[in-house]
Amino acid sequence: MTPPMVQCRSLRKSFGRLEVLRGIDLTIERGRVVCVVGPSGSGKSTLLRCLNHLEEPQAGRVYVDGELIGYEERGGRLRPLPDARLRRQRESIGMVFQRFHLFPHRTALENVMEGLVAVKGVPAAAARRRAADLLERVGLADRAHHYPAQLSGGQQQRVAIARSLAMSPKLMLFDEPTSALDPELVGEVLEVMKDLAASGMTMIVVTHEMGFAREVGDHLVFMDEGLIVEQGPPREVLAAPRHDRTRAFLSKVL
Amino acid sequence: MDATATGPASAGPAAPEANRISHPLRPGRWLAAGVTALVLAWLAWTIAINPNLHWDIVVKYQFDRVILEGLWVTVQLTVASMAIGVVLGVVVALMQVSDSRVLRAGAMAYVWFFRGTPLLVQLIFWFNIALIFPEVGLGVPFGGPKLMTWETNTLVTGFVAALLGLSINEGAYMSEIVRAGLRAVDPGQQEAAAALGMSRMKIMRRVVLPQAMRIIVPPTGNQFISMLKTTSLVSVIAGADLLTVAQRLYLTNFEVIALLIVASLWYLVLTTVASIGQYYLERRFSRGFGATAPGTLRGRITRNLRFTGSAG
Ligand SMILES: Nc1ncnc2c1ncn2[C@@H]1O[C@H](COP(=O)(O)OP(=O)(O)O)[C@@H](O)[C@H]1O
Ligand SMILES: [Mg+2]
Repeated sequence: MTPPMVQCRSLRKSFGRLEVLRGIDLTIERGRVVCVVGPSGSGKSTLLRCLNHLEEPQAGRVYVDGELIGYEERGGRLRPLPDARLRRQRESIGMVFQRFHLFPHRTALENVMEGLVAVKGVPAAAARRRAADLLERVGLADRAHHYPAQLSGGQQQRVAIARSLAMSPKLMLFDEPTSALDPELVGEVLEVMKDLAASGMTMIVVTHEMGFAREVGDHLVFMDEGLIVEQGPPREVLAAPRHDRTRAFLSKVL
Repeated sequence: MDATATGPASAGPAAPEANRISHPLRPGRWLAAGVTALVLAWLAWTIAINPNLHWDIVVKYQFDRVILEGLWVTVQLTVASMAIGVVLGVVVALMQVSDSRVLRAGAMAYVWFFRGTPLLVQLIFWFNIALIFPEVGLGVPFGGPKLMTWETNTLVTGFVAALLGLSINEGAYMSEIVRAGLRAVDPGQQEAAAALGMSRMKIMRRVVLPQAMRIIVPPTGNQFISMLKTTSLVSVIAGADLLTVAQRLYLTNFEVIALLIVASLWYLVLTTVASIGQYYLERRFSRGFGATAPGTLRGRITRNLRFTGSAG
């Protein structure tokens, strides 16, 4: 039996005295698209950042593809993973940020090549070919030699998605990928994400795009104050939220 | 042309008449330009005909072998101390942003000490280091057995003392410049690189430092140019640099002014070459940051040479 792609068990995270995640349990099967919604400050970004161990949780465990993230268990105790092994885990988890974070000193093509060359050690020529293919896939073959500053927000975000895909991840995390975009540019990014979902990628998407959640999402998670308040099939949760807080939130964004 | 852009009449956005605007006369500006030109001409004339300046001696010594050797020492000292200074600066800056309190404290102490004492004192100190440590050796620290020892005086020549003094002092200043550059890079960059699986070393080398360079290069160019002239301080410790050899020459032939002019002309040549190099470096590291890239070199020069600026 293959393990689920993601398993969070009673995950807790605080910054100083501020409890940001207060016990998150979440299981995601392979190939699913899970949308995470919730008010600002409810811990959505922190949850994603715990999944690839950019944040170190205070308690609880994260398994990706059956593998404990960030720690190894020896003699019943958890020890931090050696750096090299943590990096291998991160390699297989793609992350797309609200503000793109493309490398401004590299062209679109070089951005997509960067992980292949610097992390996987792929020779430059092969990396260039693969990067060109990926840019083609996100519809930006003709922008390969542009620097990020010369691209629109939507184009930058598509390059960022291609940059993550270059690492052949098994899981993709999206943290509000369209929130920094002008409204007319949102569609092109969602379109790429939709294609990716159709290709069978497991995705966790923090978003306020309820249309995307309804249409592409398999599962909707509503978070508030560090807890998962409600979850279920997107259509059901959106049409008939059971919880007051979900209802209050949805009435604001829909 | 930028001349139209500065005219007050060009305020309207889509004026089809834009190229028929008549610029107001600016008598004040013409007057200032005339006075400036006059002053420059007068200066050039008095310098050229002044019998005390001994231009024939200047010409005779400008390419003198001793002067050229001093020039070479100055170039070597500048390049070597800047190179070591930059490496030290990067290391100390990385210590300053590290998680380790001990590393941060060490970096702070270094900057505090070497920025806080005069370079001249540091140079004399290095030159006389043998008075404190007559021997240097390899071995077990804190008084343990020694494998090898050398006499400090044979090791620390005038050149080595100069190099130590200049580069260690430079490292303190460079670390502040590098630190400002590192701080200017968006933390999201490190995050994106870490999420790709890059190691901390690679993130520094491939992502953070190249972006920090854009902030680091301009002030480093200034440091380099300043270093070309600061090397003249080593004349107090027999450094054999350009100024030292010029001084040696005028102590025997008493052509003080002529030899100072010879040295100054060479310093001007060096700083000019360095400025041109700085321009190309700045352009190299502003790739991807279109809006803030410096203009062309020619544009920059002609901008400064066009006294009146009015093209119409
Ligand atoms: N590095 C940090 N240090 C301190 N507080 C943080 C940090 N990151 C996030 N927080 C706090 O944690 C809470 C949850 O943040 P976040 O996960 O970004 O929420 P969301 O993405 O749902 O808006 C917020 O109150 C935020 O201020
Ligand atoms: Mg967030």
